[in-house]
Amino acid sequence: MADYLAHTPEEVASMLAFLGLTSLDELFMHIAPAVRLAAGNELPTGRSEPDVAQDFARYGRANRATGGSLVCFAGGGAYDHEVPAVVRSLASRSEFVTAYTPYQPEVAQGVLQALFEYQTLVSRLSGLPIANASLYDGATALVEGLNLAAAATGRSTMVISSGVHPHWRSVVRTFARGTGHRVVEVPLVDGVSDWSTVDVDQAAAVVVAYPNYLGVIEEMDVAARHAKDLGALFVVAGDPVAAGVLRTAGQWGADVFVGEGQAFGTALSFGGPYLGLFAVAREHVRRLPGRIVGETVDTNGRRAFVTTLRAREQDIRREKATSNVCTNQTLMAITAAIQLGWLGTDGLRQVGIASATGAHALFEALGDVAGVEPLTRAPFLREFAIRLARPADEVIAAMANDGVLAGLAVSSLTGGADGSIDGDASRVLLVAVTERRTSEELDQYVESMRKAVR
Amino acid sequence: MAKAQPGGRAASIPLMGHEVEPTMFELSVRGRSAAQFRTTGIEPRALDTMVPAHHLNPEPVITADLAERDLVGHVTRLTHRQFSVDLGAYPLGSCTMKYNPKFCDAIAADPGLSSVHPGAPASLSQGWLALLATLEQRLCALTGMAAATLQPAAGAAGELTGLLLMRAYHEARGEVRTRVIIPDSAHGTNPASVTLGGYEVTTVASNERGLVDLDALRAALGPDVAGIMLTNPNTVGLFEEQITEIAAAVHDVGGLLYYDGANLNAIVGVVRPGDMGFDIVHMNLHKTFATPHGGGGPGAGPVAVSSRLADFLPGPKATRVEDHYEWVSPVRSIGRVHGWHGNALVLARALAYIEVHGADGLARVAQHAVLNANWLRRRLAAILPAAYDRPCMHECVLSATALKSTYGVRALDVAKALMDEGFHAPTVYFPLIVDEALMFEPTETESPQTLEALASALESIVERASNDPASLHAAPEHTPVSRVDEARAARTLIATEDAASR
Repeated sequence: MADYLAHTPEEVASMLAFLGLTSLDELFMHIAPAVRLAAGNELPTGRSEPDVAQDFARYGRANRATGGSLVCFAGGGAYDHEVPAVVRSLASRSEFVTAYTPYQPEVAQGVLQALFEYQTLVSRLSGLPIANASLYDGATALVEGLNLAAAATGRSTMVISSGVHPHWRSVVRTFARGTGHRVVEVPLVDGVSDWSTVDVDQAAAVVVAYPNYLGVIEEMDVAARHAKDLGALFVVAGDPVAAGVLRTAGQWGADVFVGEGQAFGTALSFGGPYLGLFAVAREHVRRLPGRIVGETVDTNGRRAFVTTLRAREQDIRREKATSNVCTNQTLMAITAAIQLGWLGTDGLRQVGIASATGAHALFEALGDVAGVEPLTRAPFLREFAIRLARPADEVIAAMANDGVLAGLAVSSLTGGADGSIDGDASRVLLVAVTERRTSEELDQYVESMRKAVR
Repeated sequence: MAKAQPGGRAASIPLMGHEVEPTMFELSVRGRSAAQFRTTGIEPRALDTMVPAHHLNPEPVITADLAERDLVGHVTRLTHRQFSVDLGAYPLGSCTMKYNPKFCDAIAADPGLSSVHPGAPASLSQGWLALLATLEQRLCALTGMAAATLQPAAGAAGELTGLLLMRAYHEARGEVRTRVIIPDSAHGTNPASVTLGGYEVTTVASNERGLVDLDALRAALGPDVAGIMLTNPNTVGLFEEQITEIAAAVHDVGGLLYYDGANLNAIVGVVRPGDMGFDIVHMNLHKTFATPHGGGGPGAGPVAVSSRLADFLPGPKATRVEDHYEWVSPVRSIGRVHGWHGNALVLARALAYIEVHGADGLARVAQHAVLNANWLRRRLAAILPAAYDRPCMHECVLSATALKSTYGVRALDVAKALMDEGFHAPTVYFPLIVDEALMFEPTETESPQTLEALASALESIVERASNDPASLHAAPEHTPVSRVDEARAARTLIATEDAASR
């Protein structure tokens, strides 16, 4: 019986009378009876908030959440970073949460300015001059990057390193069904892209992940040269946390940067809503997907912000648009800007360094564990892959009993044979360390692994 | 009639006056910091002992350096320059800016849901899988469909997913079809999605009643048509009364019917797209099921399909297997359309909303949404006539054509002046087929008193059009900024702090 309506029965009767009607059903009488729901649907009847809360408490209890009883060493594009109270508090301000797309700038300066600040931060992290106001997530941002590359080059072949997250590559293949793009996946050898296998003369895009999904810091000049040789746009799928310490995509010559921004202030959230980061070189600004906020002035000469270059967008260009994006992830973008404001220059760098330090300490400690071998000796930052003596999913299950989420089974990401792994992927475990992991937790991990992998 | 109550409108005079808020970069002082981290007890290492030197950035990326107090002040002042549903009525047509229950936000904040890693094995996330499977079931029941994907992150993503399903279905039958039909009143995402789905757009005109012209549709149909995308009620707020004839005509040539769920709020719990003959349905959970719009996102755009399309759905899906849940991909799945499982916390909010309302509550949602829109249409008929003069569904499209020709006051002026009165503007100049369109969608959660206040405000604006039109061209005055120079924004393109000359 619950709802959020204000109307009393008397008010409803009075409004109906104003319309010359006597019942709410009459509002739908112009719809053919055959189409109207006669017997009701199969939904249960409504219940009060406290009753429904019981259902959700049960759902919550049936999960093993990270934090309380499970220390998170899982990454793969979703990371357990510090999200302080101040960021959670500011990001949940209802003025941001319950606003719509800022189509009326006079009453949307809050969202618009926050997005302008977000665009500035993404631009700096990517080393590219133009960033949009967000896309859905990293995977769909990559799709938009490829569509941009196709439009910019008039070509349709996409050369993608298998170091790009397997889910992202799956999403790329799905959308290629519609665009007709040919997707050429470049295998990894010892965790590093083997560009020598690429057998195409020209391409729209060459995509490399930095670091790649196995954590490896790829040689970017090699990838960039390949893009140049093929006359393709150089697309970097970058980890924005790494951008605090590694050279930026722009410094490596990228034309397009795409990334997953969850690491900046968004909880693990079972995978969404996350944040698609997107930045481009200036020459591609008119093909930018999604919204972009620009600075201008109002009629009184005061600084103001407004969504701009609107002629690119689907509601104006319609079937000629190269992107259909309308709703994006504004709230996550604002959250990321607030989180980066909290981190500051040194804090962002500290996250990168502390994560790397923990990851390298764990990597070395695991060197003494029988049944654990590094997948590769290639350099890594904060995430690495190991080959186990037992299937990774069994090890994850066993270590969960010790209160450790050991990582991600690579075969659960690839869903079968994949160019990123030589041999049996089912024994490969992907391990991530963030600035939140302590020395004690690393010890706990190693001890648990020692037992589990036997 | 109900008395207009001041509580129905927001005070639009900004609390902090008209002062420009500095950007976080202007507030930044290098050396300040708010961040605090765990004490890890891990031996520090130099970066260059871990990472080859040529990968290291010699310069730090400068973000913004603020004390926590200054960060809080800055962001809070920004929020004071922002209209929102929580503040006042937001009758923005086509966007369904209804009240977003706080309960649903509280559900999503439960660490039992929000702190779960999306790549954790299904055995550690049974609660989430059960939640998602339950939501799929509810959405299928509401739409009259057989199965659904929850992955699409927004309505447009749902549209493209639906078109790829359409394509996979025809291809599996060995049929080559090249065109998708959309009415001229469609949302812009429809034609853009059609192109990205690899199809050509065929536009059919609306008739003089604002509905699909059945003869024009029949003329456009043929064996090369993959399907039609329809919003019903359509974007002028009218129900396509000949929907069963439309469905039969499209099905007769082997095409599929795609339901754009942007306007589902008008019929939820009362009419099911499946019963109208639709094969594919996307829903905007951030509209009908009241998940907050977040200033432009996140949304969620699940797609439900009839049984003949179920095997093609994106995967994997949370699936009940005996006494537990597993991730299972449909046998002929088109693949993933999202990096993980969709906008999970948005999905959780939507399920909470659905469970609170139930079948009865959701039907009341549609009834009251339609009641409010019709009341407002009727109440304003003398000053802003409806583009099509008959009962509407959840929104009404009014026209300022007469105001424009008589006083030179345009729809845009009315919309801007309404913001001075403490309401959000309606949608203007959409749908494209209506001249000087003002599209009002009051939603069901606005009270009769608020609607009366909104109508009174519009009356006073129309009166000003006759005696002081210049004041309407200058509106709004009592907002944080006045009208902005959009041409300059596009010409100079200052999209970052670094492009600005401070």
